Amino acid sequence: MKVSYFPGCTLKNKAKQLDVYARRCAEVLGITLEEIEAWQCCGGVFTTANDEVATKLSSVRALQAAQEKDQALVTVCSACHNVIKQTNHAMQTNASFADKVNRYNDTPYDGSTAVYHYLEMLRDLVGVDKIKEKVVNPLKGEKIAAYYGCLLLRPNSVMRMDDPENPSIMEDIIRAIGGTPVIYPYRNECCGGYVVMESPEFAKKKSNAVTESAASFGASRMVTACPLCKYNLEKNAPAVPVVYFTELLAEALGVKEDANA
Amino acid sequence: MHNSNKKLQQEIIRISGVNPKKCMRCGKCTATCPAFDEMEYHPHQFVAMVEDGDIEPLLKSESLYRCLTCFACVDRCPRNVEPAKLVEAVRLTVIRQKDANHLKADDIPAMLDEDIPQQALVSAFRKYAK
Ligand code: SF4
Ligand code: SF4
Repeated sequence: MKVSYFPGCTLKNKAKQLDVYARRCAEVLGITLEEIEAWQCCGGVFTTANDEVATKLSSVRALQAAQEKDQALVTVCSACHNVIKQTNHAMQTNASFADKVNRYNDTPYDGSTAVYHYLEMLRDLVGVDKIKEKVVNPLKGEKIAAYYGCLLLRPNSVMRMDDPENPSIMEDIIRAIGGTPVIYPYRNECCGGYVVMESPEFAKKKSNAVTESAASFGASRMVTACPLCKYNLEKNAPAVPVVYFTELLAEALGVKEDANA
Repeated sequence: MHNSNKKLQQEIIRISGVNPKKCMRCGKCTATCPAFDEMEYHPHQFVAMVEDGDIEPLLKSESLYRCLTCFACVDRCPRNVEPAKLVEAVRLTVIRQKDANHLKADDIPAMLDEDIPQQALVSAFRKYAK
C-alpha cells in the first residue's frame, strides 16, 4: 500500500531520526511513504482565526497533492498533523473559508483527503497484531512512558485520534512490541511548546512536571512524536531519556541502524 | 463602552468565531490552563473582558504571548466557548498592526542553541509575528 507522506521542516533537519525510522518501519509493515513533491512548511501551529487564509495554503496544497494521487495523507510530526488535520476540517466545515482558499486554486479542494497521523496508520491501516508479528527484538518488558502532549489529541472535536483524557494508541503499540506502558498523569499536559523561545524558565517548569511524573511512575524511557516536545523535555528536564516512538519501533522491528548513515 | 472598544470587540468576536455570552464563569478553563500562573489575565478573564468590551488592557498584556495553544481550555470547557480562540484573535489584532511584531528576526540568534528544532522557530513566528 502507498500513502502520501508530508515530512515537514524539522524532519529534514533536527528530527531526522523521526523521519528515517518512520520510513523504514513502514516498509517492514507493508506501507510505502511517498513523499509529496515540493511540499511546503505547515507553519508549526494552526492559527484558529477564521480570516487567516494564506497561512493555511501550504496544508491545502499537501492535501490536494494526496487527493490527486487518490491516497491518504500521512504525517509523523505531531505539529504537522495537527495543522493539516485542522485545516482539512476547516475546508470541510467552513464554507466561507473554503471559498477564500479556493480562489488561490486552479481546481477547488473539498476537504475529502483522509488524514492520518503515523500512529493512526499503525493502528488503523496496519493493525497492532501485524506489528506484533513483525517484532524481532521485543523490548523485554521495559517500562516506557508515552508522551502525547497537546497536539496529537486536541482539539478532540477535530483530531479524533483517541480519548483525549485517557489515550491508549501509543500504549497499545508499546505493548505490541514487548514493552510495559507507564500510565502517568502528565502524559497529555503541555511541555511548554514554542514559549521556550522567549521564556525558557517557563518551559522548564512545564517540562519538569512531565518528566518527573513519568520518572515517579518508574519509566526508563519516554517516547514522543513531536520534535519540540523532545527538545523541551531533554533540554529542560532530562530526568528520563526521550526517544522518538519511531526509533523504539525500529529497535523492535530490527531496522535500527544509524539514521544518518 | 467606548466606540473604539466596541469596534474591536466586534472584530475579535468575528475573527475568532467565539460567542463569549455562552460562558457561565465556571473557571474550568483557567483551572486547566498550563499557563495560568504566567498570564496576568487568565483564560476565563479573557472571555469576560471581551464580553464586557474591556479590550485595551488585553492588547497590552504579555498574557497574549504566554498562551501555549495547547487547546486544553477548548476541550475542557463545559460550554464549548473555546477561550484559546479569543486569545488568538486578540493577539492577531495586535500583531497585524504595522511594526507590532512581538518577535523580530534580529531577536532570533540570541535564542538559538545547537539542538533547537526548526519547528520552534516557525511556530514562534507564526504566533508572535506577521
Ligand atoms: S470553562 Fe468555559 S464556561 Fe467555564 S469559565 Fe471558561 S470559558 Fe467560561
Ligand atoms: S490554549 Fe492557551 S489559554 Fe487555553 S489552556 Fe492552553 S495555554 Fe491556556
